[in-house]
This record gives sequence, C-alpha cells and structure tokens, in this order.
Amino acid sequence: MAGSSVRWVDCQPETCQRVYFANHTSHLDALVLWSSLPRNIRSLTRAVAAKDYWDKSAFRRYIAGSVNALLIDRENIKVHRSPVELMIQAMGDTHSLIVFPEGGRNATDEMGEFKSGLYYLGKKRPDLELVPVYIDNLNRVLPRGEFLPVPLLSCITIGPPMWLESGESKQEFLKRAREAVKRLKDI
Amino acid sequence: MMIENLHFEPLLAFLQSADWLNTPTYWLVFVVIVVLIAASVIGQTLNRQPENVVSPALLRTFNQRVRAWWMMFAILAAGLLLGYTCTIVLFGFVSFWALREFITMTPTRRGDHRTLFWVFFVFTPMQYLLVGVGSSLVEPQSASAIWWADKLMLRGVDLYGLYSIMIPVYASLYIPARIALSGDARRFLERSAKIQFSLLICVYSLSYAPALAHLDLLTSKPAVSNTSLSTGDVLPREIGDEEPSDAELQPSAARRPWTEGGRGGLLFYFILIVQLGDIFQYAWGKLLGQRVIAPQINASRTWEGFVGGALTTAIVGALLWWVTPFRIWEAACMSFVTAVMGSAGGMTMSAIKRDRGVTDTGTLVQGHAGVLDRIDSICFAAPVFYHLTRYFFSDVA
Repeated sequence: MAGSSVRWVDCQPETCQRVYFANHTSHLDALVLWSSLPRNIRSLTRAVAAKDYWDKSAFRRYIAGSVNALLIDRENIKVHRSPVELMIQAMGDTHSLIVFPEGGRNATDEMGEFKSGLYYLGKKRPDLELVPVYIDNLNRVLPRGEFLPVPLLSCITIGPPMWLESGESKQEFLKRAREAVKRLKDI
Repeated sequence: MMIENLHFEPLLAFLQSADWLNTPTYWLVFVVIVVLIAASVIGQTLNRQPENVVSPALLRTFNQRVRAWWMMFAILAAGLLLGYTCTIVLFGFVSFWALREFITMTPTRRGDHRTLFWVFFVFTPMQYLLVGVGSSLVEPQSASAIWWADKLMLRGVDLYGLYSIMIPVYASLYIPARIALSGDARRFLERSAKIQFSLLICVYSLSYAPALAHLDLLTSKPAVSNTSLSTGDVLPREIGDEEPSDAELQPSAARRPWTEGGRGGLLFYFILIVQLGDIFQYAWGKLLGQRVIAPQINASRTWEGFVGGALTTAIVGALLWWVTPFRIWEAACMSFVTAVMGSAGGMTMSAIKRDRGVTDTGTLVQGHAGVLDRIDSICFAAPVFYHLTRYFFSDVA
C-alpha cells in the first residue's frame, strides 16, 4: 500500500523471539513494518501501540486488531502492571514485538530520545534479539496531524540485532540503540 | 500474403474495432517481436561466451535493457489490444507511478502534504479523465455519451481546450496558493516549482501520448487504390472497406482524411521511435563517442551519440512510414524531432537525478525498477509529437 521496500542488512528474517524497535513518525509505521515481515514471522509478531489512540473508535480498533496489536495504556500506568510487564507477558515464549521507543510520533526531522522501556525489556529478557529498524519516508506519506495519505514510496531497513551489554547503563544503552537506528538511515 | 491475412480475418476483424488498430500496426508489432526475440537470443548467446569476448558489464546492461523492453512492450501491447479506455487507464497509472517516484526523490516539507494530495488524487485522474473523453463529445456516438454530453452541456465541445491548459494554468496557480495556505514559507518558490514541474512532466506531458488518438488525421499520401502496390500490399482489408467515392473524389495530391490507419498504431509508432532514439543514441555513443556533452550531468551522453542517434532514428522512422499518416520524408522529420526531444528529456532527468545524488530513480528504493527512467524521453517527446501532428496532419481548422 505504501509502496515500501524492505532491506535486511546483516540480519535474516527468523522466527526467534525479537523486539523490533524503530523510529516513529507516522500512524502507518506499525502497519507497514508489520506487513513487511514475511508471513510466518508476521503471525508471531505483535505491534505495541498506544491504547489512548488506537482504542478510540471502531475503525482504529479494527486496524489495530488486523495487525494483532498489543495496546498499552500510556496514561494510567500502574505499578504492578507496568507496560514492560505487559509486553513480556504478551510475548510469552513464541512472540516477537514491534516497539517505538520514542514513545510517540515525532514531527521533526530529528529522531527523539528513546524512552527506557527498551532497556528494561533487554534487562528482563536478555535472550531477546533487539533489532533496530529505520523507517524512511513514511512521515511524508502520512505525517503527524494529517489524515489523508499521499502515495510516496517508502523504505524499511532492518539492521543487525543487538543486546544489552553486561554492566551497560541505561543511558549508554539507549544512546547506542538510538545510534543503531540512525545508522541504518545512511546504509 | 493476401491469403495469409484472409485466414486470420475473423480474429483481425474482432481486434480492429473501429479505427484503433489495423493490419500495418500488427505488422509493426510483429517486427518488434522479431527484433526483441533476436535481441534476447543474442544476449543469451553472448552470455555463454568466455568473458573476454564482450565486457560482462556491457552485456549485463544489454540483457537488463532487453528485459525492460520486453516488459514495456508487453504492457503497451496489452493496453492497446484491450482498446482505447484501457490505454488511457494504463497511461494514467504510469503517470501516477512516475509522479510517485519523482516526488519521493524530491524533498518536500510538511506544509506540502495537502497540496501533494491534490496533485495525486485530483489533478492526475482529472487530466486523464479529460484526455479520455477528449473529442468523443463532438459527435457523441453512444446513447450514454449523448446523454452525458447534453447533461453537461458539452455537446460539440472538444475537451482539448481544457486538458491542454488545466495543468499549466489552473494546477500551476493552485499549487503555490495551496502551499501558501499551509503557512510554511521556507523555500516557498522552490517547493512550488518542484511540485509544478513534477506534475508537468509526469502527468501533463505524458498524457499527450494517448491524446494522439483524438486527432482527425489527414494525410498527403495518394489515396489507396487497388493497383497501388506500396501500401496496398499490406492493407488488403482496408481496400475492401474503403468507400470508392472517397478515393475518387479526393485529388491524390491534396490532403485527405487518413482512413486506412489506426490511431493506436500511431501511438505505438511514437513510443517505438522514442525508444529507438534512446537505443541508437546509446549505441552510437558507445561506438564513436568522443565529446561528452556535459560531463557534470551525464558522462555517457556524447555529441556523436546525439547526432548519430537522431539521424539513425530518422532513417528507421522513415522506413516505418507505412504505419503513419506521414509520407516518407515527413516521417523522417517527425522521427528526428522526436529523437531530439527524447534526448532532451533524458538529459533533463539526468540533471535532476544528479542534483539529488541518485543514478536511477529506481535505485532510490531498492527492488523497484524506475518507471521514470524509462519514460523520461517519452514525456519530453509526447507534447511535441502531438502538437506537430495536430498542426500539420490533422483537421483542426
């Protein structure tokens, strides 16, 4: 639909448990990234999306349901049901996730700072492959604040998996993860 | 030859609806198929030769080109065979895709989003709708056409007056105004120009190719008679169809309506000439190319290629005169102009790509062959070919 092409750079499509983390500029991000995965992986992958937005109307729920989205409440975060807990619970030992660590769609050209969820995911489940993804041009297809898409071509670059290094601090890790996504832009 | 054709008469009669395609066109299509098969065979044969015979890079380019030509030919032939409406829709989609590539390649800003939506979903379909209706309301044939013509008060109106100015006038004024409404003034003129240019090249110019079908073509060729060997040889069916009074009333030197030809055939001829122009220019450039026209823009386009390509195209175009309403020397002139415009288009697109730092519009997004790379020369040649044909070979008085 968005005419997107997918490039796997130093990374193979596999069904092992992964967390794909990507830059976030458009509502289409999750949809396009999810549908660009091979079918067998797609059925095991869930996109993490904001409940306050995607649960609002029947149409949005339908879209979220069609990509098997995991809706997370951004506003009422409870201690015993933290988003990271919910994500890990939803993954079980078969599923993979798509997350957008910027936390919301970014309206500028520069990628925002990553939120800490990715770090805690990596810490609690060190076996997960954390895969950086750069989504190019979708912000022009459907930018923040617009509701009619323009059919430009987009490109998804999936990079080499990374893990949380032992003794790596939260700040260092998030910076490294952000750089990993950014680097894919120029490949 | 007569007998062979008679054998296929029922099939041809079905395909020859009205004056869209006809026997000369099928001969041309046949020739093209033979040439393409020959090119494929040569490519595959050379592929098996040891590497020192021909350079592998050149051979790879050649084989890729042959594949692209097969693809283009198949798509165009399918469109033409399915009739006029399908051809219009086909060109509409090609325009849409080319526009997509162009805008993807050109940076725009957030404020341009709504304008782009208009460009893609209003102006592009509108242009092809207008071209598609074209002159069919001048003398509406079917009941529904008459109903629509009366309803819209367009009976007797040739929409040429609208589709030839809609994009250069209305869209060109609308685009900057709509961008201004978005409230983002940064690089305003540049952004307007980018969108206007992309619409002009990818949609407006290209739409002139299928618009060829609306011209009431005139020809200065002598009227076909039963004794004529030149064209009568390949036109057995038209001889039978032609009303004798028509041929007798017209003095052979004066211009007369071109009844023996197919409009779809003229479109096919045009596309073929543009492609041949590209090929000959490339071939001459490889063979004798010494003086590069503009190394900053494109290192492979040389003056030798340009002149040799245009002249060779003129010769081949002249040899194919029998598909067109043109006489031999007229066909040569038209082909020459078409080839010159084609290289102008290629040069312009090279400049744009060089400015954007890409070699092919297709490489921008991997896995997509660049449609824009294939049609840049067609875009530049189509309006000129159309207007020359309209002015010199059609009844527009």
